[in-house]
Amino acid sequence: MTMNKKPKNIFIQGPITPNFIANTIAKHQSKTSIGAHNIFLGQVRADELNGKTVEAIEYSAHEEMTLTAMHEIREAIFESYELTCMHIYHSLGSVKTGEICLFVFVSAPHRKVVFKALEDVVERIKVVLPIFGKEIYSDQTHQWKVNN
Amino acid sequence: MNDPLLIKYFGNIAEIVGTHEEQLQLSFNTIEQLRNQLTERYPKLINLEFNIAVNQKITEGTITSKTITELALLPPFAGG
Repeated sequence: MTMNKKPKNIFIQGPITPNFIANTIAKHQSKTSIGAHNIFLGQVRADELNGKTVEAIEYSAHEEMTLTAMHEIREAIFESYELTCMHIYHSLGSVKTGEICLFVFVSAPHRKVVFKALEDVVERIKVVLPIFGKEIYSDQTHQWKVNN
Repeated sequence: MNDPLLIKYFGNIAEIVGTHEEQLQLSFNTIEQLRNQLTERYPKLINLEFNIAVNQKITEGTITSKTITELALLPPFAGG
């Protein structure tokens, strides 16, 4: 593991806005070796439980551990796939249903690699990052989300 | 006498314990012993699933770190 680079921050307070996503895409117009982008957006779903509906998820995390783990994932992904760049953002705090809580963006010269790399990185994010989600229902009760 | 250790709680664990972090006087060599001491202090933890990170590394069995700067109780992950 190389520790020469400081882990990048991935956290955004509240939802990830469509505007932020558009701007991130636009920033790549100058990187003309790229021929393919692939994007994953995680959206907060209005799950139902006993007639109650999820209205929002409040995210929290062991932030330092998350950034270290994300740094290790990043290194492993760049070793496995020929990517030009990769950007990851995850929400902290409250994200309402229908809003975006995860934004993963991979870019490469050619298309095939971005499909594989994106799936790989999203699956690792779900399993490895110590991020926690409190699902808030319409009656203000809550339940803790668990990834399966 | 051991120095108090910084212990951090997350997710539903923080909710049950009633704080996000505290300093505790603990004495243990294994994760099992640590779990027992914590569940003695907070009996409700017994029904909860969680991993323990020692110095930010999820650890099982014997604890080999000489200096412990942080313990963290991590419930199941829910990112994405």
